[in-house]
Amino acid sequence: MIDIIQPGMLASVQDMGRTGHRSLGIHPGGALNTLALASANLLVGNPVDAAGLEITMGVAELRFTRDTRIALGGDDIGATLDGKPVAACWSIPVRAGSVLKLSLAAADSPEQAPRHSMRTYLAVAGGIDVPVVLGSRSTDLKAGFGGHQGRALKRGDKLPIGDASAASAAVHGPAFGVRSPRWSGLALRADEHSQHVTLRVLPGPEFDQFSKTAREALWSDTWRVTPNSNRMGYRLEGPELKRKQGRDMLSHGVVPGVIQVPPSGQPIILMGDAQTTGGYPKIGVIIGADLWKLAQAPLNATLRLEPCELADALAAAEEQQRYLDSIRATVAALDWSRATLYKK
Amino acid sequence: MQPPQLHPLGDRALLCSLPAPATLPQQQRIWALATMASEWEEVSEVVPGMNNLTLITKRPVADLDTLTQRVLKSWPKLGTTASEGRTVEIPVVYGGSAGPDLDNVARHTGLSTREVIERHSSAEYVVYFLGFLPGFAYMGGLDASLATPRHTTPRVSIPAGSVGIGGEQTGIYPMASPGGWQLIGRTALQLFDPSQQPPTLLRPGDRVRFTVERVAS
Repeated sequence: MIDIIQPGMLASVQDMGRTGHRSLGIHPGGALNTLALASANLLVGNPVDAAGLEITMGVAELRFTRDTRIALGGDDIGATLDGKPVAACWSIPVRAGSVLKLSLAAADSPEQAPRHSMRTYLAVAGGIDVPVVLGSRSTDLKAGFGGHQGRALKRGDKLPIGDASAASAAVHGPAFGVRSPRWSGLALRADEHSQHVTLRVLPGPEFDQFSKTAREALWSDTWRVTPNSNRMGYRLEGPELKRKQGRDMLSHGVVPGVIQVPPSGQPIILMGDAQTTGGYPKIGVIIGADLWKLAQAPLNATLRLEPCELADALAAAEEQQRYLDSIRATVAALDWSRATLYKK
Repeated sequence: MQPPQLHPLGDRALLCSLPAPATLPQQQRIWALATMASEWEEVSEVVPGMNNLTLITKRPVADLDTLTQRVLKSWPKLGTTASEGRTVEIPVVYGGSAGPDLDNVARHTGLSTREVIERHSSAEYVVYFLGFLPGFAYMGGLDASLATPRHTTPRVSIPAGSVGIGGEQTGIYPMASPGGWQLIGRTALQLFDPSQQPPTLLRPGDRVRFTVERVAS
């Protein structure tokens, strides 16, 4: 079991999402930073799509009631295990009774706080063993089903850990780590020396309906992530994006990454918990391979949007896949991984 | 019937839109295309909208052109009868605490509450698509005389099963949710049950009839 001592602002059970039910109005949900959860899962010997915890703004405290192995995905947020620092992208043996604490306060001032601290993912050997509902263990927070009792975690919750009995070697083996995505070339060169988060964008179906000024502003201005952002969408603030014609649109299917522009002219980037259909014009779509960076962008962060081509999006997706493959290879080279660690 | 216009939506979705105006025969083609495309190997999900369909692929697609060609090639072969929906009857308690806005709707439309109930329950509705919430059906077929604007300030929470009118549409809230529609009644039927397969009572293409279970006062 995992005892939730303190869930922080918002913690929930998530996996890679619930696919196949959009036509019934059921959104995919799932981890917003799939790269972080996938890599953490691989590090503890799980398949990429095992369920883990998504912890928001790096504050939470939890206790493991049995020996296990964990990994944190996301960015370093001053996590400690029984008081000793734990870095993201490390695979760590954990003793029964150990307490994991994620605390942004570990950075003494806001200036010291890590820049990409919005979400942290905890993977545990065997996965979080909540019931599978409609093909997924993800929590649908809006409709109230899936995950742990269909809701965000509360103090006192106890989460079952999946069967990883053959993993005792894994549990007691040494800790090891891999490079984080940010240090593996998956972040853009543009991110390294900039206070902005750069996201690559494909033009949306209604791109040409926007004024020339709006189209130029999209690429040249910076966009602030307003505090009114959540798992449904990131609401941005910047220059008003005006359309040349104000024709109403009929409802249509949307996907995470869509940048829709309501009549206010202030764009909203849809995330995993967005409705399955929308009715606003879509000026662009963030490429799938950059969504993890958006999931990590904290409130008030500034974004830069950069036009790209489909070929860039594919190359970026393949690069991400290679990163995950390299972790899989690292883990496969370890002795303990020969055991069956995880039973679905 | 003209073929859809196709536009990529990011790196793993294709939006297929039919020219205006939206009609039932066009929407039937949309459902037929959805049924066919959901069998395609590269397609993970199909999302019917109003007069359009979004295809979502399993992974980023090297060239959406191939998928585009496949849609255009299939289009002339699609029948419209393939997706003949079921007829679903929905018993409703109209008025009273189940439908606190029934009087509002009567006042706005200049009809008696009895006429509102009569017209609402005698029409046949068609589920065009689902969205907004799991199991929430966007339906066509509301008698134009019943159109009533939404509340200017939405309610914080509307009970599950509430039947409402919002502008020129009628719909049923599958679960408790904030919302601005005029509530005229409530059904005890469960519109969304994640433990069932399929999990929603209504599906695209279904025909819906509201029956008067009782008029509360």
